[in-house]
Amino acid sequence: MLKIVGIWIAAFLTLSIYSFLYKDNPFYKFAEHLYVGISAAYMVILTWSFDVKPMLIDRFITPEGTVNWILLIPAFLSATILFRFIPRISWISRWGIAFTIGMGAGIGLTMALHGYIIPQLQATLLPLNSINNVVIVVGVLSTLTYFFFSVEHRGPIAGVARLGITFIMIAFGASFGYTVMARLSLLIGRVYFLLHDWLHLIK
Amino acid sequence: MLKKLTTIDRRLIFVLVALAVIIPFVTRMTMGIRVSVPVKEAYDAVNSLEPGSILLLAIDYDPASMPELQPMLMAILRHAFEKKLRVIFIGLWPLGPPLGHMAMEEISKEFNLKYGEDYAFLDYRPGGSAVILAIGRNLKSIYGCDYKGIPLDSLPITKDVTNYDDIALVVDLAAGSSADWWPQLAAARYGQKVIIGCTAVVAPTTYTYFGSNQIQGLIGGLKGASEYETLVKIPGTASLGMSAQSVTHALIVFFIIIGNLAYFVTRRRSK
Repeated sequence: MLKIVGIWIAAFLTLSIYSFLYKDNPFYKFAEHLYVGISAAYMVILTWSFDVKPMLIDRFITPEGTVNWILLIPAFLSATILFRFIPRISWISRWGIAFTIGMGAGIGLTMALHGYIIPQLQATLLPLNSINNVVIVVGVLSTLTYFFFSVEHRGPIAGVARLGITFIMIAFGASFGYTVMARLSLLIGRVYFLLHDWLHLIK
Repeated sequence: MLKKLTTIDRRLIFVLVALAVIIPFVTRMTMGIRVSVPVKEAYDAVNSLEPGSILLLAIDYDPASMPELQPMLMAILRHAFEKKLRVIFIGLWPLGPPLGHMAMEEISKEFNLKYGEDYAFLDYRPGGSAVILAIGRNLKSIYGCDYKGIPLDSLPITKDVTNYDDIALVVDLAAGSSADWWPQLAAARYGQKVIIGCTAVVAPTTYTYFGSNQIQGLIGGLKGASEYETLVKIPGTASLGMSAQSVTHALIVFFIIIGNLAYFVTRRRSK
């Protein structure tokens, strides 16, 4: 019974959201506000249940009775971010933000160098013995030429840069095509839900 | 006539797209599915594992990406349990693990599986890339217990798993940045074999990892899911949806051609 109620609510909300395609209406507004409200509430519970409680509060005093004083540092840095709401001393919030940015940059830099730039460079150093390899090497070099602004794009450089733009446009086209496919997949998923789970028109 | 096309009511297009999706479903239209190299290699990576090997399955998506990634999850699980692999579920997205539970409700009926021996759920952990790095040092430093609170040392499937050395393959089902984190951290830093199943939006950027052999295979979008279903010989919702996908794509291509024709003809006439 509970499952049937859930399916009917899901079907109502799906149709309410899609009704926006005709024009804005109260059903759409209701579904939109419900979604935003539930998402916000869910994030609050999630942050408390998976971050603050298990990683800070529960670990501050271990079951053996040892106090983890070091946890006061992340607790303090987290608290500083709340100072943003007090304009007079909002600058204190920068401490917590600086720590987050610094840590993110540290991880991101090693990730990008070790896990992306170097392997991708290695994958581009190819023998020119197949059409695929030629396309990859020419594509990389011409695209890099397009982004090389230290010399004026004239003569042969302009030609290579134009070829680079062509490669970039092909990449954008492929990316856009995939995005269209993804959005249609979502529509297909919803239509399948309506026809299969709700209306039982298909098996 | 062509000028009228440039001012067509967009709602008419919505109706046509809706029909292009509904009609193939209702008529159960089927179309051939050709398996691509990245998906075949992903299948081969799973297929080459010895029975009993550990497969770490990261469910890094939420219900918004279910139409594309849930059929992928079902097909991979069927393949893994058919091969008698053991599956450990984790999630870098909070709503990922519940989708794994939903899948296992169905899969566990098809195979005689025992929780703790054949599979286990380690739940969601915040931190994203930091979680991937922590697993490389010691899985139990970040996952002390499973989602029920049972210590990992008490579960047969996890008691001997320390880090990536004990994991044969990582499968990441991604709807976002995790498709970058796993190859850049688990594969590059720890030499872990990784395959990625991702939404179609994520697929173009993920192909670079496949091209550079940083990942063993790539399953992209609903199309990739339908190919994997074809390989495991159990057609599911992805294969069913591909007919609707193909018809709608044809319709959109038609719209693009007509729209451009109308634009260029009216522009020439106005000159």
